Amino acid sequence: MQHIYDTLIIGGGPAGYSAALYATRAGLGTCVLERMAAGGQMALTDIIDNYPGFDEGVDGFTLGMKMQQGAERFGAKTEYAEVLSVDFAEKIKKITTTSGDYFAKTVIIASGANPRELGIDGEAALVGRGVHYCAHCDGRFYKDKTVMVVGGGNSAVSDALYLSRIAKKVYLVHRRDTLRATKIYHEPLMKADNVELLWNSAVDAFITDDRVKGAKIKNVNTGEITDIACDGIFISIGRVPVTEFLSGAVNININGYIIADETTKTNINGVFAVGDIRTKALRQVVTAAADGAVAAHFAEEYISQTE
Amino acid sequence: MSVVNVTKENFNEIKNSDKTVLLDFYADWCGPCRMVSPIVDEIAEENPQYLVGKINVDEQPELAQAFGVSSIPMLAVLKDGKMVNQSVGARPKPQILAMLED
Repeated sequence: MQHIYDTLIIGGGPAGYSAALYATRAGLGTCVLERMAAGGQMALTDIIDNYPGFDEGVDGFTLGMKMQQGAERFGAKTEYAEVLSVDFAEKIKKITTTSGDYFAKTVIIASGANPRELGIDGEAALVGRGVHYCAHCDGRFYKDKTVMVVGGGNSAVSDALYLSRIAKKVYLVHRRDTLRATKIYHEPLMKADNVELLWNSAVDAFITDDRVKGAKIKNVNTGEITDIACDGIFISIGRVPVTEFLSGAVNININGYIIADETTKTNINGVFAVGDIRTKALRQVVTAAADGAVAAHFAEEYISQTE
Repeated sequence: MSVVNVTKENFNEIKNSDKTVLLDFYADWCGPCRMVSPIVDEIAEENPQYLVGKINVDEQPELAQAFGVSSIPMLAVLKDGKMVNQSVGARPKPQILAMLED
């Protein structure tokens, strides 16, 4: 007979390990299924300045490790396995992974999001050869070189600022004529004299030999195309929720996010969605962590009502 | 087997090993490198048939450049002194093992 957990958590980012912490402290038998290592998207972040309690900020990898250890201190388990599919049809839910099947009374989905790709020809083949999705990981290879950042939100602008301190020149390519980024980023961006903003612009194609040499930039209003030479292109145009493995097992909205309100309850009883995967207004480490606590509470309630 | 710290001094010896070689190009400040690092350690310990090395790109810029590294972590598989497989970004363990078995 297979072991049946009280709760299985898919994903070991801040939402997943907060759920694990609250679930184990509530006495639930808890296991986190993580494909690689704790932290999720957080681990790709250099410094997190907006998670409370760290007066000098904290690097995302360390915070991820601490959240994992915090949950494991109370007995949460972690299994390193990638979830392939789920079956929520029965009262005992089944999760199929690269390391076999797992069973649980409740499931908390915390699978997060991945960087969105531009969707331009040759993009995948150029990853590692000039196309990047993580400025803090790869920026240092562009000391005194010319780079391009694509996007206009907080992460794009923060990437552009970070790269402006390393690279000789940074182009920021944005398809609108104003930034979506919050005000705190605007002034330092305007002050950075090696950042050039290309408004109303989008990447039309990569210019390459065996690696990136530049990009063809299209003015979205006039259709005019300009060649811009650069050594690397950092793409920061948002995120795509990771829901492929669900194959429609829970309701998802048109943008791919699992439909759940602040209770984190999905349309399936005993299945919860937490963190960036859920429909919500603000996707941050602190709101992900909050979701985890809420989901654990309702998972506990579901178990006590159904037994 | 434990992981070998690869430098330009011992690189030729490692490259010319009879075993299939897995190289992990990393830096201490890189989050995804720190995610993949314990996985690489495990692979080294569990698979004595492979020679596993880590290359700190800050300390070994010549080696990083020789492999054209511009994204880390970068994993490279060498057979008979030639690179036969590579990937960038943190990968789960089964994917890294599959790269070695190809």
